[in-house]
Amino acid sequence: MSFLTLSITLIFVIIPLVLSKTLNLGLEKDTLIATVRSIIQLLAVGYILQFVFDSENMIYILLMITLMVGAAAQNARKKGASIKGITWKLVLTFIFVEVLTQSILLGLTITPPTAQYIIPISGMVIGNSMVLGILFLNRFTAEMASHREETELILSLGGTPKQAIHRQLITSIQASTIPTIESQKTIGLVQLPGMMSGQIIAGADPVQAVMFQLLILFLLLTTAVVTSIMLGYLSYPTLFNDRMQLLEERLENLD
Amino acid sequence: MTTNLEAIRFEQVHYTVDSLHILKNITGSFPKGEITTLVGPSGAGKTTLFRLCNGLKSPSSGEIYIHGKTINSYDPAELRQNVGIALQNATMINGSVRKNLELPLTLQGKALPQKDAEELMHVVGLDKDFLKRNSKDLSGGQRQKLSIARTLVNRPKILLLDEITSSLDRVSQQDIEKLIGQINQEYGTTIIWITHNLEQALTIGKYTWVMMNGELIETGTSDLLRNPENDKVKRFVKGEVE
Repeated sequence: MSFLTLSITLIFVIIPLVLSKTLNLGLEKDTLIATVRSIIQLLAVGYILQFVFDSENMIYILLMITLMVGAAAQNARKKGASIKGITWKLVLTFIFVEVLTQSILLGLTITPPTAQYIIPISGMVIGNSMVLGILFLNRFTAEMASHREETELILSLGGTPKQAIHRQLITSIQASTIPTIESQKTIGLVQLPGMMSGQIIAGADPVQAVMFQLLILFLLLTTAVVTSIMLGYLSYPTLFNDRMQLLEERLENLD
Repeated sequence: MTTNLEAIRFEQVHYTVDSLHILKNITGSFPKGEITTLVGPSGAGKTTLFRLCNGLKSPSSGEIYIHGKTINSYDPAELRQNVGIALQNATMINGSVRKNLELPLTLQGKALPQKDAEELMHVVGLDKDFLKRNSKDLSGGQRQKLSIARTLVNRPKILLLDEITSSLDRVSQQDIEKLIGQINQEYGTTIIWITHNLEQALTIGKYTWVMMNGELIETGTSDLLRNPENDKVKRFVKGEVE
């Protein structure tokens, strides 16, 4: 695709702008900001990726992954700001998920150890892990606030903090991973995944594109479940002290 | 200094949240094996005092002794099994009456034998057929009875009851008063009972604590509610302080 062709696609930005102006939807400013940002960010990433792919230097690959982990943690931390040390818990979770998935992919020579494979797959894994982290933290904080009495009941009967939040933790893990599992059930029937569509448009063999897409889907299953469980078990102890008391001031911040 | 006649002793206990003084310089004791009622207007700090005794909270300063040992020398789980608490809202977990009844043992990885479950139901005046029911289907009185039975599963030496009859009809209230009296007599359990009902405090409790604004105002035998010495208590008893 040439830059001229790309500029013609801006027609898809003009349509919502005109509609917004006509119907007084007030979306013009945000639409323009989003468009400019996406152009700058994606083009910058494109050129950076080109440089990294050409250099084939592992340091650049690691640097890219570090940036992804940092940006993902920065974005997700707002949802769990009341959980002590949430930034490091997120960073640890993202690194663990990345190391786990890449170890399997590279260790079993499923994908080659080149920037062309490592970086896009890492982006999908860390990005998905970030979304899952946000979904989990949202649900977990809501569950903890709304089941405070049940938590206290179990503690008052001699239960441990882990027992006291077990139901809330399980509910939150399920709630955050179900969308990933459910979307896989209808994939290909309702929508064609973006990565697969992109490969097909770029001229790849559709069966090869499907096989790569399946690889990504399976990866995302692991990412979803591991992220929620790890984040859950890293987060809940910060809501209690060593006398097995619920720290209500932390919980009040969750309301 | 504690004596072996004291179940719980407070020594200059303060409890503060941010800059709010919920409990101020509480010093006193609850006698072992007796029923003591805890009365006072709303916001007096009565429920907070219970949470400190059960270890759900720790005092900001001062010391609490349970059977002569400082509260922090107990393992938190062991403390909570020995100092049972039944709260006004009688919170239930999702599931059957039986699941709720055996919850204290489930938490310890044990099961409650059917015979013991039926006996506990009998003790609190609930039919054994209730065990199969969903806890959501119970009335307020039945929930309170189940809450007490559940607390008894741990065989606590001290039982803290927080306004457990306040939302019940007269008959259910009398049933529970009778039940608590029996538990005290048969098992020698120390009972501390928060109530808004001064008549109840006079009939059920041998001793009374009157609390106001986070302070312990007057203690003694329950008769003090008939002839209080303190002016604030006099006004409270007359119903002039809510």
